[in-house]
Amino acid sequence: MDFSIQITGFVALYIFMLAAFAGWVIIGHVPAILHTPLMSGSNFVHGIVVVGGMFALLNAGTVQEQAIGFFAVLLGAGNAAGGYAVTGRMLAMFQTSGQKTHHAKRGHTKASHPKKG
Amino acid sequence: MTMTGIAQLIIGATDLAAAFLFMYGLKRMSSPVTAPSGIFVAGVGMLVAVLASFFYVFDVGAAAQPHLVVNVGLCVLALILGGGIAWWAGRKVAMTAMPQMVAIYNGMGGGAAGAIAAVELFGAKAPGMTQLVVTLLGALIGSISLSGSLIAWAKLQGVIKKPLRIRGQQYFNILVLLGTLAVAGYLVFVAQGASGQLLPMPQLIYLFFGCALIYGILMTLPIGGADMPVVISIYNAATGLAVGLEGFVLGNPALMIAGMVVGAAGTLLTLLMAQAMNRSVANVLFTNFGGAPKHKPSHIKGSLKPTAAADAGIFMRYAKSVIIIPGYGLAAAQAQQKLYEFVKLLLAAHVSVKFAIHPVAGRMPGQMDVLLAEAGVPYDLIFQLDDINEEFKTTDVALVIGANDVVNPAARTDKGSPIYGMPILNADQAKQVYVVKRGQGKGYADIVNALFYADNCNMVYGDAAAVMTMMIEAVRGLGAKAAA
Repeated sequence: MDFSIQITGFVALYIFMLAAFAGWVIIGHVPAILHTPLMSGSNFVHGIVVVGGMFALLNAGTVQEQAIGFFAVLLGAGNAAGGYAVTGRMLAMFQTSGQKTHHAKRGHTKASHPKKG
Repeated sequence: MTMTGIAQLIIGATDLAAAFLFMYGLKRMSSPVTAPSGIFVAGVGMLVAVLASFFYVFDVGAAAQPHLVVNVGLCVLALILGGGIAWWAGRKVAMTAMPQMVAIYNGMGGGAAGAIAAVELFGAKAPGMTQLVVTLLGALIGSISLSGSLIAWAKLQGVIKKPLRIRGQQYFNILVLLGTLAVAGYLVFVAQGASGQLLPMPQLIYLFFGCALIYGILMTLPIGGADMPVVISIYNAATGLAVGLEGFVLGNPALMIAGMVVGAAGTLLTLLMAQAMNRSVANVLFTNFGGAPKHKPSHIKGSLKPTAAADAGIFMRYAKSVIIIPGYGLAAAQAQQKLYEFVKLLLAAHVSVKFAIHPVAGRMPGQMDVLLAEAGVPYDLIFQLDDINEEFKTTDVALVIGANDVVNPAARTDKGSPIYGMPILNADQAKQVYVVKRGQGKGYADIVNALFYADNCNMVYGDAAAVMTMMIEAVRGLGAKAAA
């Protein structure tokens, strides 16, 4: 069996169209109160670019490619890890007056969150 | 099955799972109740995708084979360094500095997309014209997002204090953009070998990236601080788009889907922000707002009436209802904790307290909501513009803290005002208005605010945190006297 992925021409356009539509619909229902965490969360999601950087670095055949690839993974990993850290912190703060108020403190972390990096 | 086939299967399956988890996670983030689990779900997707990417080692080209050990080592090092530093910074940074953190992480994503494109271009890996055009487009957008986000960071951090505007700047910017596109066009149409491959032209590629980066800087420099919600939102969408395009070049559908979802979401958010200011996105980006000749407001009556913080605090303690309108001044003074302390005193005295948030208050969309949440304010006390604007008429006190243009009644009444037509919070309709303000300066838009001169308005001058402390002490003092 062949598991290699080839995306050409219209297939790419179909993927782009459906993904754009999905993004539009998903975000369309978000209340204004969540706009900041949402932006930060979507910022985290495009941190997936780190995977592309890893592909480029692992396939590097020259020093130049290694250097640029290293740079790509470095920045991509920063995007993903940083985006996750700030989004998680922000979302941990939202609570209603019904909930028992344990005040969200700065640097409040959940031990169960996996560290990416 | 060969090792290559197994690697492709594992990577394909995890990327598919990651794409699903990203969308499902974002969907869960659309309600405050499920949102924390939403980011966790997306985080799991990211983690498995990154780990699975190490299976690329079984599928590398012949040129990379001898370097494989070094490459894996570099990869691990970059992940630990980049991820570790960003994680540490993201955990440590103050909530008030959130907009610039999001800006810098966003710029990193754009830079990564640009770097991937650079590897493709320098290695002449694009197999045809379509691939080459898409690579260049992604590189252009990613580079602009990188340098533009860095400038946005510098502005929000206070490194760059004033919007930088020079005469003829727009024309110069357009020239730089045209120059970038001309280099890209040369690479696409002229610099081709016999087999359609890109000729090795490193100087031109350097020139292309240099121009794109400079354009990002020039484009962001003239934009003022209060327009940053729109700018950050645009660059977020731009980075998503760049990631999606490079995903196509690499043949990675997970990147394509995640990038496009973010691109579309960011675009929607940008339009919402611009709508809240009653301006078009182009107007935010390309007009030097506030640089226009000073507008002379024709009919401002009355005078500024300063009052003591203690008096204002006690007045609110005996009011029936108070609506609080926070603005960037609250964030700048880090006064959100003090404010909620004061609000708790009012609530204990059976005063009805609500928060009214303008969509563009602060330096990124929803920044005020996050700051209030940080202080512990329950989100059912927080109301958005459309939901609360009718209530000002029947409210005793409107307390404006560090906000200015979003409560300027000129937006409703004065056709000549630059902010005419912008939806505002109708604080002026409350029976009594208190405005907490650092000094007598004007707001970001450099317009005199008629509200401050109105008969029912008193000014409380001072740093927001200091003012809140005085109000708290005054109200506590009342309780102590009653007990004695």
